Amino acid sequence: MKLPPVDYEAPKTVPEAVELLGEHLDQASVLAGGQSLIPLLALRLAHPVVLIDINGVDGLSGVSATDGWVAIGAMTREYVAEESQTVADAVPLLAAALPMIGHEAIRSRGTIGGSLAHADPAAELPAVALALDAEFVVRSQSGERVIPAADWFEGYLTTSRLPDELLVEVRFPVARRGTGISFQEVARRHGDFAVVGLAASLTLSDGAISDARLAFSGVSDVPVRAVGVEDLLVGERPSADLFDEAARRATEDIDPPADLHGSSDYRKKVAAALVRRGLRAAADNAGERK
Amino acid sequence: MDITLRINGATCTGSPEARTTLADFLRDDLNLTGTHVGCEHGVCGACTVIVDGRAVRSCLMLAVQAAGSEVTTIEGLAPDGELGTLQQAMWDSHSFQCGFCTPGFVMQATAFLRAHPDAGERQVRAALSGNICRCTGYQSIIDGVLLAAERARQS
Repeated sequence: MKLPPVDYEAPKTVPEAVELLGEHLDQASVLAGGQSLIPLLALRLAHPVVLIDINGVDGLSGVSATDGWVAIGAMTREYVAEESQTVADAVPLLAAALPMIGHEAIRSRGTIGGSLAHADPAAELPAVALALDAEFVVRSQSGERVIPAADWFEGYLTTSRLPDELLVEVRFPVARRGTGISFQEVARRHGDFAVVGLAASLTLSDGAISDARLAFSGVSDVPVRAVGVEDLLVGERPSADLFDEAARRATEDIDPPADLHGSSDYRKKVAAALVRRGLRAAADNAGERK
Repeated sequence: MDITLRINGATCTGSPEARTTLADFLRDDLNLTGTHVGCEHGVCGACTVIVDGRAVRSCLMLAVQAAGSEVTTIEGLAPDGELGTLQQAMWDSHSFQCGFCTPGFVMQATAFLRAHPDAGERQVRAALSGNICRCTGYQSIIDGVLLAAERARQS
């Protein structure tokens, strides 16, 4: 369908943008890449009175590495992050997930901040951000606050961003030495939202797992960290038996929804298979990252 | 809102409503009806055009957001009536039947081949996976893009 009539503002600076947000609050939707918001408008699932288009806002795009973190401006296009050597070197799990987002033409416009603020539980970036304990920097007229990923995702398409706050930056921790990663997903068609996805990261020290991070997409109304599996893995040496046990444990951590793409039981089986595959791949490439 | 942009090498102006998508602006205001509108929510790829060198869905971009941009539509690929390498290769491969999805596929493949002139079949399939065709079964489309890449390498 055609989009409904809507007012439009195109601020040039972050202070202008947050002033507009402060004025319109939940009557406003922030328009970044538009790859989710414009369909929501077309399908009448979102009803903003005003769009605040941040595509022309200075200083919201770019990738920079500082002090153990890679900071990505909220308006950074997904293809820019995909082509970034900094992301490839320092946040390999993010680099692995980026090419799986939608299709090439979607990544031309879609943004890192937009996907994470939209918070679709089946999308790739929310699972990556949760697995890595990313940090979300939001700004309003009253200042800035930093929200850890564990507190960011509150429900289906819902985050802890307040109506007067603008997401300006997302920070990902730099992968430690000995870290291997894998992003796995099962989808009906390349580029479609996954039935289930898994972001996995393992850090090996002297042959044993010193840090394990797993987060699922598509198994709940938010991305889900597989805490039980992480606890099981830490301190152990990678092995097929260990990963089989991890796959079994993973299904205890989740209660996936059923829809026409798969039953809850099917999603649990897929999740278990992805844990096995993801851990094996992460353990294999942990040795390559010195 | 008054906007000025470059379309297929020519400067164009218009006054679209904020809610007007780039696809509708091209078709309804500029009469460039080669860009097709299928699903109108970013799923089918029929409306794909090239904006500032990148393939984008013109139904997922507002016309006002294209102000100052360089846009190429299907009409811009053969301005003198001569088919380009990609178009000729797709013609020779019987890439299309009804033709509704054609402009989207051609624009997506144009942007892709510019960036990946040496692409193989797997890459071509992945690059075109966001475009839907209901006639061909896709194989002839893939064949056409691969033939275009081969001819470009030989010339």
